[in-house]
Amino acid sequence: MMEWTNAIVQGVLLGGLYALFAAGLSLIFGVMRLVNIAHGDLIVLAAYFGLTTSVMLGVHPFAALMVVVPLMAGLGYVLQRGLLNRTLGDDILPPLLVTFGLSVIIQNALLESYSSDPQKLSGGAIETASLQIGGLALGVLPLLTFGIAVVVIALLQWIFYATSLGRGFRAVSDNQDIAQIMGFNKAHVFGLAMALALAVTAIAGILLGIRTSFDPSVGGGRLIFGFEAVIIGGLGNLWGTLAGGVILGVAQTIGAKIDPGWQLLAGHIVFLIVLAVRPNGLFPRVDH
Amino acid sequence: MTTAFVTRSTRASRIAMIIAVLALIVLAAAPWWAGRADLRLMGEIFLYLALACLWNLMAGYAGLVSVGQQAFVGFGGYMLFALTMFGGLHPVVAILAGGVLAAIVSVPIAILVFRLRGAYFAIGTWVVAEVFRLSFAQVSSLGGGSGSSLPVDVVRSLADSRSGREALAYWLALGAAVVVIGVVYAFLRTRRGLALTAIRDSEVAASGLGIDIWRTKLEVYVVTSAFTAIIGGLIFLQKLRISPDAAFSVNDWTAFVIFIVVIGGIGTLEGPIIGTLLFFALRETLADYGTAYLIALGAVAIVVMLKAPKGVWGLIRDRFDIELFPLSYRVRTRDDHQGN
Repeated sequence: MMEWTNAIVQGVLLGGLYALFAAGLSLIFGVMRLVNIAHGDLIVLAAYFGLTTSVMLGVHPFAALMVVVPLMAGLGYVLQRGLLNRTLGDDILPPLLVTFGLSVIIQNALLESYSSDPQKLSGGAIETASLQIGGLALGVLPLLTFGIAVVVIALLQWIFYATSLGRGFRAVSDNQDIAQIMGFNKAHVFGLAMALALAVTAIAGILLGIRTSFDPSVGGGRLIFGFEAVIIGGLGNLWGTLAGGVILGVAQTIGAKIDPGWQLLAGHIVFLIVLAVRPNGLFPRVDH
Repeated sequence: MTTAFVTRSTRASRIAMIIAVLALIVLAAAPWWAGRADLRLMGEIFLYLALACLWNLMAGYAGLVSVGQQAFVGFGGYMLFALTMFGGLHPVVAILAGGVLAAIVSVPIAILVFRLRGAYFAIGTWVVAEVFRLSFAQVSSLGGGSGSSLPVDVVRSLADSRSGREALAYWLALGAAVVVIGVVYAFLRTRRGLALTAIRDSEVAASGLGIDIWRTKLEVYVVTSAFTAIIGGLIFLQKLRISPDAAFSVNDWTAFVIFIVVIGGIGTLEGPIIGTLLFFALRETLADYGTAYLIALGAVAIVVMLKAPKGVWGLIRDRFDIELFPLSYRVRTRDDHQGN
């Protein structure tokens, strides 16, 4: 019994990481209806940036966030204004295929510069530290990851609904042309949205890198986890995305408990069941 | 006097058809004039050509942009292994049976993933492919995660000599490419093909004309999946070895195929052919540079998508107004002297 409780609790905490994978994806879709196929590879890119920063400056990966977050945000802005804005329109093919091409470019550029050897960020004592709560040993890192996920999503929610930046996001999301007439520069607003999404991606990448080893090929898998969390939670609902991440995480840890080979499969199956039963997700956004 | 009439064929299309038939005869004789390595390469080219035509039918005409077709490539490959090893079927029969099974499997999958729109559909199909990969990795009688080789007696049942087997695999690949191109072309010329073209141009207008969009898309998805599985079977008949990672590789069976179609010209029949030739020309020239060639490929695809969304063939067609596979109708006039 205790083992199962433990599996569920670990799954909930793992869900925090998946919610971080998903938050950027959810934000971008909400603002500009863009689905970024390279999202997973950008997470991995952030992990490699974290690796280089922490090795070269000799600092803890968390301190590397000071470099990686602005770097990814800047990259996001440039990428959006230089490339992705040109793909937006009624046709769904260009954004899909351009981000797919981007994904292949990032993957192979990482292979070229870092090789295919698995890498890991060394988090030091925090990796193994744990707290005893009611007979359960909870890792400090997973707890911290979950806490960060909650804070990040609360922050995104606040930006979206209580700041002038968020007003811009909501305006272009509702109607791009009218937002443009009202004085919003949509190219700039989209650039800022992508910058914000990749800033979150930077955090997700560093936490991923401390938790497990990574190599250039793992991006696709991270994209899929993020995507599943978004769909399970319901499109356009950030708290729903956190719930979706938690459901996915719990499904995976319970699957792994039954048979180690079932970890990923169980997560995908839960996703497909949700898709079959509630195609709009468990907590779809109510449009006012 | 002159009479006007409507036709599909043009001089270019008639010449192209004659050249195609001649090329086909030369290619069919390849086992007698080409070396082993060349034969193998050409076989691979034909299989990629078939995959590209199928993906193009789905994405370019039916608007189903899937990044999960590796699910059916791998499924077809695994069916070849499973049905020959445990069912005792002849490899060619097993490959065809794999196609039928894929058609059956694709119906419930379609019902599920068709609930997702656009890019979410794309990632949804990828999840399905991952489910396939992880599931086949669980089947220990097929080698689990490390895969298995086709048993020697199964391989021998194809032909006694190695050159005989290689020639057979080559002819099967060539035949598959010809059949796929022929089927797609014939399909697009029918009433249903016209419906599909209407959907490609405008879903709203097409449904206003009474076309059942969901049903048309389902038919395309099922047919494409079945053929993709057959091609998958042929791919692994060439390789003689299968593993979950190779069978369900998103890079090999989807990314390359997408690049081929996009660079050649999506939504045209000629596009995949030109794209396949360009892809292999690029691959054979830049193969020594390793990952650099994939980076170049991704960059070329992005530039093509942004600057020439109809691909290389689109540029040629706009410049010279030719169609090698005539699908559109043209009005022509003919001098008719005997009428006087």
